[in-house]
Amino acid sequence: MASLKDLRNRRASVQNTRKITSAMKMVAGAKLKRAQEAAEAARPYAERMGRMLGSLARSMKGQAGAPALLAGTGKDQTQLIVVITSDRGLCGAFNSSITRRVRQLARRLRDEGKTVRFLCVGKKGRDNLRRDYSSAIVETVSEVGRKQLRFGEADAIAGKIAALFAKGEFDVATVVYNKFKSAMSQIPTDLQLIPFAPGEEPKEAAAGEGARAAYEYEPDEKEILAELLPRNLSIQIFAALLESNASEHGARMTAMDNATRNAGEMIRKLTLTYNRTRQAMITKELIEIISGAEAL
Amino acid sequence: MASDKVEFELVSPERLLLSDLVDMVVVPGSEGDFGVLPRHAPLISTLRPGVIRVFEGREVKERIFVAGGFAEVTPERCTVLAEEALPVGDIDASAVDQELKDLGEDLADAKTDEEKAAIAKRIKVRQAMRAAAG
Repeated sequence: MASLKDLRNRRASVQNTRKITSAMKMVAGAKLKRAQEAAEAARPYAERMGRMLGSLARSMKGQAGAPALLAGTGKDQTQLIVVITSDRGLCGAFNSSITRRVRQLARRLRDEGKTVRFLCVGKKGRDNLRRDYSSAIVETVSEVGRKQLRFGEADAIAGKIAALFAKGEFDVATVVYNKFKSAMSQIPTDLQLIPFAPGEEPKEAAAGEGARAAYEYEPDEKEILAELLPRNLSIQIFAALLESNASEHGARMTAMDNATRNAGEMIRKLTLTYNRTRQAMITKELIEIISGAEAL
Repeated sequence: MASDKVEFELVSPERLLLSDLVDMVVVPGSEGDFGVLPRHAPLISTLRPGVIRVFEGREVKERIFVAGGFAEVTPERCTVLAEEALPVGDIDASAVDQELKDLGEDLADAKTDEEKAAIAKRIKVRQAMRAAAG
């Protein structure tokens, strides 16, 4: 049986752990709020960009000479997967749910005889994938949005992807990230970046702002598309990073909340054992004294 | 009421900067400035670095510098997707001068054509910013 001192030490150590986890929970909660606000603030831009690009893409459909970012290379042999994870752990299943999904995707593509490559954003994704796919990782970007996520960072990543695409390093690019639903739940999502897949025509377009196809373009459609598409790539990545960032803090908050609660439970049990042991010792000592006195 | 006003929205990647009903906006399109009044024909245009002027009646209510981006105009609405936007009053002329100087040095150091083109583009933006500050 553990001595009183051992029990005391163990209890103290669990108490310290609980202090740390509860502090981390607070920090994650504060960061979550900010990250969520940032994600919401960025939504209008992405929405309007999607709307504009959608109508352009539809008007360009079927025409020859569409830019490669829209039309693709006509192949889907080499696939690039952009894996967005966090740099730091202690956030529950946040990173493993992403890498699991990426692995599934990679296995399926390989079974179809395709080449898979990875671009990792965040150290945790790289660490996990390095074991099996070390040669397929093209590049790793880390320390993204350490303080606050800026659009410039997303732009830099998009620039890297666009450069790889221009060199013909891949045909199709997909990003896998955690979509923020609530602090409790994040949904691993994948989204095709290149070639650009326009969404369905919005329903209100038919009724509301009628003459959607009758836009005038200045300069012409092709030039606008040539500027809009790389921009859209950055925006999509920015949105994914923001969602992932909010998800990370949400996941960490939940994980740390659980850890704090578990530590509390452990402290309760240890305290109980400690008190029982202490009482047993006192009783034992008393019995020794009494029986000693009786023997006289 | 709403029909003689334009719904003007200015959005940057990070947030919605401005959303307002205004009488007219003048936008620096890449092929020349254009004014948007209510019932303007649908138009999509790229922007050059320059100043957006928001009109209330005959007065300029706000002047906002944009580094580039896109504008979408419909009869009811004018949406500007800006790359970088800053009210003209907030431009720090001396900081821009300093940046221009640094960029000039960078341009001299740049090796590849790509780098040079990227820096030249940034210089153009700063120059336009400086001109806007007056």
